[in-house]
Amino acid sequence: MSAVLEIEGLQKTYRSRRRGTRHALAGFDMRVEAGQVHGFLGPNGSGKTTTLRTLLGLIKPDGGRMAILGREVPRALPEVAGQVGAIVESPQFFPHFTARDTLDLLASAGDVPRHRVAEVLELVGLRDRADERVKTYSLGMKQRLAVASALLKNPKLLILDEPANGLDPGGIREMRALMADLAAAGMTVVLSSHILGEVQLICDSVTIISLGRRVATGPVAEVLAQHSSGTVRLRLEAVTDLPAAADALTRAGVQVATRHDDHLLLRGVDKPATVTRILADQGLYLSELAPVAVDLESVFLELTATAPVPGQHRQVDESAGAETAATAPTQGGWGV
Amino acid sequence: MSLYVTELRRLSKRRLTRLLLALLVLGLAGIAVALGLSSTKIGPAQRAAAEAQVESEYQQAVRSHQQNVADCEAAKARGEKTEERFGPDCGRQWVPEREMYDAKWYLPYEFDMRSEFGLMIAAFAGAVSLFAFLVGASFVGAEWNTGGMMNLLLWRPKRATVLLTKLAAVLSVLLGLGVVLGLLWTGAIWLVARFSGSTAKMTAGVWESFAISGLRAVGLVLAVGVVAFGLASLGRHTAMALGAAVGVGVLSEIGIQLAVQLAQVRFGQRYVLSTYALAWFEKKWTLVDHRSCEFARGMCNPAEFVVTWQQSALVFGVGTVLVLAAAVWSIRRRDI
Repeated sequence: MSAVLEIEGLQKTYRSRRRGTRHALAGFDMRVEAGQVHGFLGPNGSGKTTTLRTLLGLIKPDGGRMAILGREVPRALPEVAGQVGAIVESPQFFPHFTARDTLDLLASAGDVPRHRVAEVLELVGLRDRADERVKTYSLGMKQRLAVASALLKNPKLLILDEPANGLDPGGIREMRALMADLAAAGMTVVLSSHILGEVQLICDSVTIISLGRRVATGPVAEVLAQHSSGTVRLRLEAVTDLPAAADALTRAGVQVATRHDDHLLLRGVDKPATVTRILADQGLYLSELAPVAVDLESVFLELTATAPVPGQHRQVDESAGAETAATAPTQGGWGV
Repeated sequence: MSLYVTELRRLSKRRLTRLLLALLVLGLAGIAVALGLSSTKIGPAQRAAAEAQVESEYQQAVRSHQQNVADCEAAKARGEKTEERFGPDCGRQWVPEREMYDAKWYLPYEFDMRSEFGLMIAAFAGAVSLFAFLVGASFVGAEWNTGGMMNLLLWRPKRATVLLTKLAAVLSVLLGLGVVLGLLWTGAIWLVARFSGSTAKMTAGVWESFAISGLRAVGLVLAVGVVAFGLASLGRHTAMALGAAVGVGVLSEIGIQLAVQLAQVRFGQRYVLSTYALAWFEKKWTLVDHRSCEFARGMCNPAEFVVTWQQSALVFGVGTVLVLAAAVWSIRRRDI
């Protein structure tokens, strides 16, 4: 499969006399294959938007390479821009123009046939409100307009930064269906979102960024599998035996991830029969030994170490980088 | 070309452009109408009325003089001192003279095209320059402020090209308006002069001189447009241009004025921008150093310093080019 989007070792550093040096991107890598819907995830301030803005030529990188549709950018951006539709951050439009005027002017600037304006307005559900001024629009309607502007070019690569932001539940579902339709039609979609349930439903693959570095990438199923492999929930007939069971398993080298009142979570268990045997040798008998299914949110929170901890107020830049992510402790949210 | 046409459309669709254009046209029309109402074409009837008026005033003065002499004589007869009140010899020598009463004083105001149209050109240039400043600054300032520029750069990722194309659109509109409104303004003022004033001595040479003044006015309008556009783009906000204009105005017209006066700088006005604006319109502006004379010694021709319109062109031209170069440098170098 060919890569529509490639980023290798991307670096961007902001220097300020007062605030010092901040590495927004510290050697970030990303690869998106053609025809995929690719989720781009990361906590606030992790470098998502900086990556997208750099990719689209709005920010100058300090290092690394980027390619869109096989062409090196930003050098070849003028040539590939016609095949890339994008919305970055919150939708911003001139408030006194109507949606139709806004799209019409963009179409005119980009040499796009005018009939596309009506098509995309229909597609995003703004047909009947197209002649109203943008300043009268709700956030969700502006979001729809932003998506319409990105679709105007009928791009090969569609980059959407938080497209569901402000949408009502029906709108989110429509957006999901739209993504699926676009991908089915051969469009590659890069979707940055914090609605991880949606990402898990829509996306074929994901890249997770934290502190300017990639902490996970691959097909959604693989990423989930990597971070759920060997996690099992264990219950005993007698709850009072759980501490003894935990001790026995720990002595035998099995990682006890979490101790709950009525069950244990074990990690790194590749052969469940081992657990059965260890406990049976101790005269402890299982009532349940089941693999735990993880969701993308759990994986995200684990990899970025951004799960809320009671009594602590996590600051924006407090998340895990690439080095720490692999060994980050589980902080709840394992779908139990 | 499509971008240029798009920007022309965008500019013409803007509410502020339309509003300011309406105000400009109404303002100019108002001045022309007011001028027409205040000016009266002088013919035989007006001259006869003025003659009658002046004769009446003269006769009134003669009667008043005779009455004064009579009053003086009566006072003398009563033994009163009259010299202080009526002057020597009862003021007989102060007989009103007919030549002292000129019928011109009693003629209504008549607009004279030849001597006064230069002022009208300056008024026109001032009004259109204000329009150019506000439209030029807000066209790019509002685009930066509302995110429109970012959207456009996603479609046309050639920053300097986009900026200069926008500027070209603004300048085209200003040039077109300057020429069209200038011709209409000339026509309107000529009609006022024709029907309510005087068009005497309007030779081909006079028209040529007005045409050159008109060209200088259009040049000023374009320069103001470029400076406003450049400043707003540098600050990425319309207010930047307004603030800079106010700042430069205060610095030049108050700060430098005071400084050169306090320091008694010879021909200090040559460091003040308004001197160059005056020279631009008047072809040359002469600064006079009265301190170079010792009037106690009799007549003196004070030293002069002449600022020519060519020097004004150099000052304003360099300033305009510097602001535009800074704006282009900024959009090429700074992150968006």
